[in-house]
Amino acid sequence: MCLGIPGEVIELMADPSGQESDLAMVSVEGVKRAVNIGLLREDGQLDLEPGDWILIHVGFALSKIDEKEAKASLEFLMGLGDAYTDELEALAASDIT
Amino acid sequence: MRFVDEFRDAGMARVLSTKIAELCEPGRHYKFMEVCGGHTHTIYKHGLEDYLPETVSLVHGPGCPVCVIPMGRVDDAIAIAERDDVILTTFGDMLRVPGGRGSFFDSKAAGSDIRMVYSPLDALKIARKNPDKRVVFMAIGFETTAPSTAMTVLRAAAEHLDNFSVFCNHVTIIPAIKAILDSPDLRLDGFIGPGHVSTVIGCRPYEWIARDAGKPLVCAGFEPLDILQSVYQLLRQLAEARCEVENQYARVVPWDGNTKALQVINEVMELRPHFEWRGLGFISHSALRINEKYARFDAERIFALPGVRVADPKACQCGEVLKGVLKPWECKVFGTACTPETPIGTCMVSSEGACAAYYNFGRFSRDRVKEATRT
Repeated sequence: MCLGIPGEVIELMADPSGQESDLAMVSVEGVKRAVNIGLLREDGQLDLEPGDWILIHVGFALSKIDEKEAKASLEFLMGLGDAYTDELEALAASDIT
Repeated sequence: MRFVDEFRDAGMARVLSTKIAELCEPGRHYKFMEVCGGHTHTIYKHGLEDYLPETVSLVHGPGCPVCVIPMGRVDDAIAIAERDDVILTTFGDMLRVPGGRGSFFDSKAAGSDIRMVYSPLDALKIARKNPDKRVVFMAIGFETTAPSTAMTVLRAAAEHLDNFSVFCNHVTIIPAIKAILDSPDLRLDGFIGPGHVSTVIGCRPYEWIARDAGKPLVCAGFEPLDILQSVYQLLRQLAEARCEVENQYARVVPWDGNTKALQVINEVMELRPHFEWRGLGFISHSALRINEKYARFDAERIFALPGVRVADPKACQCGEVLKGVLKPWECKVFGTACTPETPIGTCMVSSEGACAAYYNFGRFSRDRVKEATRT
């Protein structure tokens, strides 16, 4: 139950009266579900739009996923793996028939 | 970017495996504790121990919220569920947890109305649909889950849903880490910090661990590369004689946590003077309860609970597993008398429990591990 899963925001949902609500429609591995985004609202402000990714836990968004940080993390790993990528590039460049 | 597959690349895992081996001092043994049960699950599911040198061991910590619930609390919840006017709701992980008088499943089979929910908001929905019943949500979890419970109580208050209440068993991670560090049985070289708890509390609450206890901590994500990278970062700190809190999971964890989540916890809950943890005993200020302001949503005030402390079965060694002193398979009843279908202890119940994770995914031979841990 403690596992969190990433999902992509599809739509910020309105309540029945058309007012902004605390729900967003989110896609997780192609499955669409409503998720409560109230914990991402600070001083009433919500910095979230369709296309953003969030971490979901027991029906609530706990955090907006920072794509720049994710890329930085992968770049760090790629930096460590230079030898591996060199090998991949060499493989891609090879033309064994 | 989908934030999952990118962090599961097998080629990159092999690169990290090589880099980790290069950082190990010859002849030195390293022990790192992954505090969170979610990490334990990833480690076994993906066979990550196979990517580590035999001199690096991962020790499983107390961060499985189902595992640390003592039997007496299960009995209290079942006592509530046995009332005719009550629908008890809880997460699926809890249903098989044995209490002194059986599990939730046993009580359900005997006629109690016990329902599994994915979210506390599902419990609230059941309360809306059943105004003639009292709907109780048995809340468990660390700071990751506490804000969701608090938000649900606030919603119940706004809707005047007075037939809804919470049996609060939320626990806090820092006192548990302190108890582990105070335990004389265990020598650790560092911590793989709990990523999702940190989403809420941030990284600052761990600073004392590096500063005062002299152990590095790397707050880690939950994909295989996240965990291997965290081990790499811990080893690099040790190699460079540094002792710091680092955030490997910055894509999800802000250094200061989630201010709104902390605010709602503080609005609805307060620290208990002490709380019993399975295996760790009573720990001061280590759990949350509903505060006076929201007393009408507090199942502990609404219902008379037995509140009896129940000792674990003698054969069960969950306590030692939770403290990282025993590996799951070193428990005398592991996989024989205690299995996920008929668990004796909590560590065999939840997918985040070390015993269940090892039972379901354990893929490398026990003999090989025994060999590795003997040296």
